[in-house]
Amino acid sequence: MAKVLMKGNEAIGEGAVRAGCRYFFGYPITPQSELPHYLAKRLPEVGGVYLQSESETAAINMVYGAAGAGARVMTSSSGPGISLMQEGISYLAGAELPCVIVNMIRGGPGLGNIAPAQSDYFQATRGGGHGDYRVIVLAPASVQEIIDLMRLAFDLADRYRNPVMVAGDGILGQMMEPVELGEEEDVQIPPRPWAATGRMGGEKKLINSLYIVPEELEQHNLKLARKYALIASKEQRWEEYRLDGARLVLVAFGTVARICKAVVDRCREEGLAVGLIRPITLWPYPQKAFEPLMGKVDSFLVVEMSLGQMVEDVRLAVNGRHPVHFYGRCGGMLPVAADVVQEVKKLYGGEGN
Amino acid sequence: MYEAILIAGFGGQGVLSTGQLLAYAGMLEGKHVSWIPSYGPEMRGGTANCGVTISDSPISSPVVSEPTSLIVMNRPSLEKFEESVVPGGLLLVNSSLIDIKATRKDIRVYYIPANELAEELGDARVAGNVILGALLELTGVVSLDAVEKSLREVLPAHRHKLIPLNRRALETGAALVRRSTAVRAG
Repeated sequence: MAKVLMKGNEAIGEGAVRAGCRYFFGYPITPQSELPHYLAKRLPEVGGVYLQSESETAAINMVYGAAGAGARVMTSSSGPGISLMQEGISYLAGAELPCVIVNMIRGGPGLGNIAPAQSDYFQATRGGGHGDYRVIVLAPASVQEIIDLMRLAFDLADRYRNPVMVAGDGILGQMMEPVELGEEEDVQIPPRPWAATGRMGGEKKLINSLYIVPEELEQHNLKLARKYALIASKEQRWEEYRLDGARLVLVAFGTVARICKAVVDRCREEGLAVGLIRPITLWPYPQKAFEPLMGKVDSFLVVEMSLGQMVEDVRLAVNGRHPVHFYGRCGGMLPVAADVVQEVKKLYGGEGN
Repeated sequence: MYEAILIAGFGGQGVLSTGQLLAYAGMLEGKHVSWIPSYGPEMRGGTANCGVTISDSPISSPVVSEPTSLIVMNRPSLEKFEESVVPGGLLLVNSSLIDIKATRKDIRVYYIPANELAEELGDARVAGNVILGALLELTGVVSLDAVEKSLREVLPAHRHKLIPLNRRALETGAALVRRSTAVRAG
């Protein structure tokens, strides 16, 4: 099938429709507004519903309602809007409702700006809402990968009855790249016996996150914890790039990982044994990617569009066995390959490695 | 082959769509391509630009911060982006609307009266394709035929009658730079 040239934000919309999503609730914000724009046209074509809510708080609660009724449903926003949704995300996690939330990250904190950033990593992976919960987080690095990961996002949400976040950045949303869409499948959404679609003479179905008795909430928390442990063991995803014999390993996700691939190539041309780990799941963090490297590499260099957030997960994975260094740009600025190469050269074979 | 092309001008000059056309043609030729617009706090009538990367290998960063070729359609764009061109790179200046000269001595500069040539062809709106034709001739980044094929695929059927005019615009720009040599500043 022929390739088409598509914007990242549009690809999220098309990927969602092809994954069987038929409901979108959201409120516009740069740099992701092309996504609701695309779905406003596309969803009615497939018998779905696009609704612009009065606020992000309303949007996430509409998602709660649609998910509770058994729909494949999605919302999207950027930084400030995702912050407004945190209460709802906590409720969705507590009620174990499947849904997909897209964050095309912009510069923060506060109103910040609309330029690309990765500084919502803590919020995405630690949970910006209250309570003991986890959200699965996927981080695509190309427009093609967006199409592929949207299907995975909805499937994981269903498999674990859990919110899934897709975390991109302004560049990924705005850029156009060729994509192979493939044949449109007839997606079979897994049965949802728990959905609040009417009692039909059977058991009462109540979707709620309220457990007023401490013993009961503890049991619910422990049940969630078992689910999160299962996800952590089964769903770690990452890409490895030129790790053969690498002494210094770069770690980066999303757009920054693309830049780091160019860094790896340049370093290898100059005879420096440098490789890259690109996490695709930010939670669960791909700790398994690091284990085979222990004792075989000198050090790690984490590159982010923030002042250092994912670097904490790399330090947890490496657990003191090797030095973990950091290089970042922030405020909407992008790391430049030449600068990262300089950073690599400073560290490569140097003291403390 | 690696070309990072920055196209800049006023909103409404077709800067973004010229870039998309170029990216589409690169895709049809089986190359790796990316297109990224400026999406800052822009306003209608303000400046707009887009970066197009066309390469034989996967593209690392789609952001064109150091263009190998720069097309400027208006004066603020020349003033803003001239410095960013890589040494030895190419600069195409729309001399219909830009009354100053480039200052760099280490790049190739061509002055193309794109608006006037487009008006001679009968439609000022094809100025972008006049200058794009010059870029294709000088860089060989994609073929003129691939651009025409892209128009056929991108434009709705009722607009296909505009394709011959756009083809002539591309050929006009290409012919102009075939006849002339680069002007070096200074």
